Amino acid sequence: MFYNGLTPIELLCLWGLVKIAIVVGVVQGLVAYSVLAERKISAWIQDRVGPNRTAPPFAKYIPIIGPALTRWGMFQPLADGLKFMFKEDFTPASVKKIYFFLAPAVAVIPAMLTVAVIPFGSVIGSEKMVIADLNVGILYTFGIVSMGVYGIVLAGYAANSKYPFFGGIRSSAQMISYEISMGMSVIPVLLIVGNLNLSSIIAWQSSHGWLVMYAPLAFIIFMVSSFAETNRTPFDLPEAETELVGGYHTEYSSMKFALFFLAEYSNMVSSSAMMVTLFFGGWTLPFWGLDQPATSIGMGLAHIGVFMAKMLFFMVVFIWVRWMFPRFRYDQLMDLGWRRFLPLALVNILITAVWLWLRS
Amino acid sequence: MAITVNRKPLTFWERLYMPAIIGGIKVTVKHAIGSLFQGKVVTMQYPEERWTVPTGYRGAPYLVKDQDGDTKCVSCQLCEFVCPPKAIRITPPGPNGEKADRTNAEKMPAEFEINMLRCIYCGFCQEVCPEEAIFLKQDWSHVGTNRNDMIYNKEKLLALGGVAPGIQKWKHKLEEAKAQENFPVKV
Repeated sequence: MFYNGLTPIELLCLWGLVKIAIVVGVVQGLVAYSVLAERKISAWIQDRVGPNRTAPPFAKYIPIIGPALTRWGMFQPLADGLKFMFKEDFTPASVKKIYFFLAPAVAVIPAMLTVAVIPFGSVIGSEKMVIADLNVGILYTFGIVSMGVYGIVLAGYAANSKYPFFGGIRSSAQMISYEISMGMSVIPVLLIVGNLNLSSIIAWQSSHGWLVMYAPLAFIIFMVSSFAETNRTPFDLPEAETELVGGYHTEYSSMKFALFFLAEYSNMVSSSAMMVTLFFGGWTLPFWGLDQPATSIGMGLAHIGVFMAKMLFFMVVFIWVRWMFPRFRYDQLMDLGWRRFLPLALVNILITAVWLWLRS
Repeated sequence: MAITVNRKPLTFWERLYMPAIIGGIKVTVKHAIGSLFQGKVVTMQYPEERWTVPTGYRGAPYLVKDQDGDTKCVSCQLCEFVCPPKAIRITPPGPNGEKADRTNAEKMPAEFEINMLRCIYCGFCQEVCPEEAIFLKQDWSHVGTNRNDMIYNKEKLLALGGVAPGIQKWKHKLEEAKAQENFPVKV
C-alpha cells in the first residue's frame, strides 16, 4: 500500500485527517437531513404532508425511486443549502461588526469539535474509530460544549437590538443553570466506571450491561439538560419565535444564520452521540457478538451502523419532543434547573457512592 | 377585590410532569400514525387537487349574454364608476361605433376590460348593473405569465361568463312598441 513507507507520526496524521473528513462530512449530512426529518415529523404530527415537491430536473429520470425520493423530500436539504448560499448576507447598520461576524463562528466551532472524542465504532483494520481517544473525554466534551453558549450570547450582544439581547441573556442564564446539573448527572457514571475515557466507558458497558440500568436518574437528568443545552423545545427560550421574533439570530441572514442552524443541529447530533455513548453502550449490542471490538471490516462497519442507529433514535426523540411540549416559562426553567435537577443530581451522586461503597 | 380561584394542588405524579408527558406521547403518536399510515392529512395537494367552491360562492366577475346570445352590457359605465379598486375599464362605442347586438338597446361597449390583478371580488359591479349583464362567477384562480395576461377583455369575459337567462328588457320594450303601433285594436 502507498502508506507503508510513512513514519508512525505521518500515519497518525493521515488517518486522523481521513477520519476528520469523514466525520465532519457525516455530521454535516446528518444536520442537513435532520432538518428534513424535523420538517417531516412535525408535518406528520400535525396532520400535514411536509416537503414533497422539491426535485432537481434529473429526478424524474431516476427509475422507480426518483418520484419516491421527491415525495419523501430527499432533495429538500439541497435546495435549503443553496438558498442559504445565495441569499443576501445583510449586515444591519447598528450591529457591533466584529462580534457580529465572530459570533456564528464561535457558535459553530465548538459544535463541530465535540464529536472529536466520541467513539463511533470499534476498529476497522487496526484503526480505532474515534478521532481523538482522549483520557479526559467527558471533561473535554463538557468544556467544549460550554463554549457553545458564548456564540449565542455574543450574537445577542452584537446584534445591538432588544430581542436578540433578550435571547442572549436567556441563553446565558439557561446554560448556567443546566450545565451544572448536566455535569453533576454524569458523575455517577464516572463513579461506576472509574474512568473518564469514553472508549473505556463503552468497554465497561459491554461487559456489565448498559449504564442506563445502573443510573436511570442520571440519564433522565442528562437528557433533559441536553435538551436545554441544545436550545430545543421545551427549553428553546433563547430563540422563542413567538416571544423574541427569532431570538439571538434575529439580525442574521444567509450563511451566518445557516451557521447558527448548523451549530444547533450539530449540538443535537453530539448530544445524541453522548447519550448513546454514556448510557446506551455506544457501538455495542449485547447480542450477535457485537459487544467486542471488531475483528473484520464487516463487523467494524456493523458497529458504526449500530452506533448510527442508536444516535438517530435519539435524534428522532429530540425532534419528536419539540412537537409534543409547549415551551417552559423562564422562571419555571430556572426553577427546574436549580431547585429540582441540581439537588436530585447531588443526591444521585451520594446514593451511587454509598451503593458502590457498600458493594466493595 | 381580587377573586381567589381555588385550584386543586398538583399531585406528586403531576408535578413530575408524567401525565403531561404521557398525554403528549399519546396525542402525537396518534396523529403521526394517522397521517403516516391512514392518510388522514389535511393538506390539499393544490394543483392536482382543487377546492370545490360552495354554491353561492362569489368569485371573479364576468360578462354574460342573454338567451339569444346577445351582449347584455349597454356600456352605461356604472360598474366602472363604482368599482373600488378601479379594475374595470370600459371603452364606449362613440357616436359612430358598432350597433348594439340587440335591436332596441342603445349601445354596447366597444371594449370592456377587467384587470383581475386589481379586482377584489366585492360584487359592487353586479349590484349596480341595471342590465344584469355582469355576474360574479365561481372562478377563484387566475393564472397568467405577465400582467397583460391578467387583463381580461370583452371577448374573454363573455366567453367565460356564458349565458345568464333573465328578463329580456329590451326585447319586451320592442314588443310593447310594436303593439303600440297598432294600438286601437281593429276588430
